[in-house]
Amino acid sequence: MATARRRTRSRTRRSRIEEPAQTHARRKRAPLVQLRDTTVVYPGGHVGLERVSLSVDRGEFVFIVGPTGCGKSTMIKLLIRELEPASGKVMVAGKDINDMGRDKVPALRRRIGTVFQDYKLLPNRTVYDNVAYALQVTGTPRREIKRQVPEILRMVGLGAKIHNYPDQLSGGEQQRVSVARAFVNHPPLLLADEPTGNLDPETSIGIMQLLYRINRSGTTVIVVTHDREMVDKMKRRVVQLHEGRVIRDQAAGMYASEEDTTEFGARIRSEMGIDPLTGEHEEY
Amino acid sequence: MGRFVFFLGEAYRALRRNAAPSVAAIVTVAITLLLVGVLVPVLDASGSKTNDVREQIAVKVFLFKQAEKSEIQKLQDEIATFAHVKGVEFVSAQQAISSLEERLKESDILSALNNRNPLPPSFNVTLDDPDNLEAVVSAISPPDASGKPQPISGAIEDVQTAEQTDEIRQVTNATKILLLVIAVLLGFASLFLVGNTIRLSIYARRREVEVMRLVGATNWFIRWPFVIEGIVVGLVGAAIAVVILLVGKTIIVDPLSDNFALVENLNTIAFGPLLAILVVAAMSVSALGSGITLRRFLKV
Repeated sequence: MATARRRTRSRTRRSRIEEPAQTHARRKRAPLVQLRDTTVVYPGGHVGLERVSLSVDRGEFVFIVGPTGCGKSTMIKLLIRELEPASGKVMVAGKDINDMGRDKVPALRRRIGTVFQDYKLLPNRTVYDNVAYALQVTGTPRREIKRQVPEILRMVGLGAKIHNYPDQLSGGEQQRVSVARAFVNHPPLLLADEPTGNLDPETSIGIMQLLYRINRSGTTVIVVTHDREMVDKMKRRVVQLHEGRVIRDQAAGMYASEEDTTEFGARIRSEMGIDPLTGEHEEY
Repeated sequence: MGRFVFFLGEAYRALRRNAAPSVAAIVTVAITLLLVGVLVPVLDASGSKTNDVREQIAVKVFLFKQAEKSEIQKLQDEIATFAHVKGVEFVSAQQAISSLEERLKESDILSALNNRNPLPPSFNVTLDDPDNLEAVVSAISPPDASGKPQPISGAIEDVQTAEQTDEIRQVTNATKILLLVIAVLLGFASLFLVGNTIRLSIYARRREVEVMRLVGATNWFIRWPFVIEGIVVGLVGAAIAVVILLVGKTIIVDPLSDNFALVENLNTIAFGPLLAILVVAAMSVSALGSGITLRRFLKV
């Protein structure tokens, strides 16, 4: 029942982000994310992205891969407008995000959940308060926060650590808090920048399982990673970058689309040679 | 309303979690206010001391020895009616000799001079304000057609102002300006001191501010707790300073004020308003300091 309620909520939020698309009702619905000929130049002349065009539809699960410095993280920063492109456009829900005023940026960020490699948790707040902050920012009433935060923390498997501080958690647990914070608003788009970069394989699978589950609830998920093994096993759309350019965009379709989260986890574990019961990697 | 309570809670959390910088900021505010609280009354007192000196500036009207008593009385009444004149005091030749003896710490100057008193009788004309000196002088001896001063009465031999009058006026004016400059400098010093302490405590938390921005907090949503924190720091610091000032005044200054004129002058400045101004100043400086410093870290 709680899930049903959550779905309704995420649908209403999605419809808000879709408003511009609805004004052009006759046209095909705009992709959720679209880069058009986007070039990013860092101060000092280093080119982060070079004429990248990319389109992500609603409900997709996309990996962005490539070696360090190829522009993966630049792409995440573009989408939450931490960076502005030198040329080209960045469209979210059919709207050029660099066209809107600076005062609209916080609203944009609230509708995009972001997970970072270094978790970016607030160090002097408990797990509960860290997740609650994302709701407080949007002016959610206390009663709602009290209901939603424990629920989402149970979903990411941290129901028991609700009053711990980040430095009392393992890396994987901290990343789960970060995912919970990114998803507690039920955003239509979730970005993850190297979410498993600091984690061991078993913990990584747990995080990926979580992102997969979020994706199945209707949220578009974009994951930046250089974990080739994980990407290959998951069989999703992969966009490969090299020196700021897209060199491969392999569409999805080779996977069982109606795999549930548990089946997904079991398959990945067995393919990566991890015992599903003990979590031990065979190579160890 | 719910949001305000949330901001209060956030400010409280920040103060508790950053106890060391918060205490540093509070102590800075308290010490600065203590300095201001002590120096302002002292400056004010020395200001009123120079005012006392200025009030002693007077016009001397020397009379002919042979002037009639009735004529002198008439003239004294007349001068007393002039504008800017506060008082007219008659000094007889005998009184003039006595005060000279007193000043020189000699006795019996008169007998040394063969009992011939060289000093004339005079009026000591005191003024409402030393700056009106010229006006009073020209009223007692207005210039005639050729521009030469003509005394209003035949009994007047000469009208003089003390030689040092101009110097006194310059010195007292300079003192006043100096005191004002010191007060302003002190104000600036305290402003920067408090502002800097707050900057440091915010700088220590810039990562936290960055995370808040990435989660989609608006600038004012981030800023309000810091501003409230600044107000609390200012208020607590001011309260400590006020308590110390009050205790110091009752224990040290009040018993002394019976003995010393300068200390007595402390009462010339109203203690209550001074404290109120200090508290308000501390609060606004702290709050503004927090708000402005944050701007650097709030760029989207």
